[in-house]
Amino acid sequence: MSAHRREGFVLATAVGIVGVTFGVLADAAGLSLAQVVVMSALVFTGASQFAAVSVVDTGGSGIAAVGSALLLAARNALYGPVVARVLPQAWIPRAGSAQFVIDETTAMASVQETDDDARDAFWWTAIWLWSLWNVGSIGGALLGSVIGAPETWGLDAAFPAAFVALLAPHVRKRPGQVAAVVGAALAVAFTPIAPAGVPLLVAALAVIPGWLVGRREAAV
Amino acid sequence: MLVVGAYGLKVFGVLVLGRPDSTLGARLESLTSLIPAALFAGLIAVQTIGGDETLMLDARVWGVAAGSVAVWRKAPFVVVVLIAMAVTALVRWQT
Repeated sequence: MSAHRREGFVLATAVGIVGVTFGVLADAAGLSLAQVVVMSALVFTGASQFAAVSVVDTGGSGIAAVGSALLLAARNALYGPVVARVLPQAWIPRAGSAQFVIDETTAMASVQETDDDARDAFWWTAIWLWSLWNVGSIGGALLGSVIGAPETWGLDAAFPAAFVALLAPHVRKRPGQVAAVVGAALAVAFTPIAPAGVPLLVAALAVIPGWLVGRREAAV
Repeated sequence: MLVVGAYGLKVFGVLVLGRPDSTLGARLESLTSLIPAALFAGLIAVQTIGGDETLMLDARVWGVAAGSVAVWRKAPFVVVVLIAMAVTALVRWQT
């Protein structure tokens, strides 16, 4: 198996275990198995699903659940232009492939050197991730609270660490470094004062200082 | 509603923001190529020290720090993830 397919599988395995947690939480919040299946297969953006379920669990309204989930899903729109080049050109397959444009697939595609590798990495990550996320959440919903908290296994550190590896190729040059530092600072600054999802939308503004630095370097 | 909204956002990104031949897309290329750097760094920060609308430092910080060292030492991807998990689990178990 080539490196990026293997890495996609590693990431998807961790995501699958988180899917189990999602299934357990959804079950505890009173969602039916059918609702869990529909959510994981069709919403397919983990952070949003967790947000929706936790709002429902704490007695929030359906509108509040959808609102906070969509704030978290909004960054997927920003990933569109990043991966657009390696998606099918024809209209209908292109629209279909959009379903798989999320953090993990964008990250795996964006660290490849060639377009062919990026396309391959995108689709293999998408297939592994979608399969294991669904198997995990169905398993969690069925097994309920039999399984211990994933925090015991340090799983909550698996994602940020994986993304450090996926960030590395993007910060080799100055504009990327500036965008990353400003993005992290903005996300941290807005976390205590804004609803979940908003800090990352604000972090996207960090592309502007990064771009300015790049332009100034090009002018010198 | 959530299904339609979540998919709608993704489609909007791919079909509108990511149109292959749009002059807007070409002009924004230098901006959009920086999106992964900005968003992934934000994501790492939020997932490492973020709580429920608060900031909190716990065992994750040690795990992510150890994982970052592994990245810097050019360790394979799976090793990075496993080191981060092991260190976090260990620190959490010890405290």
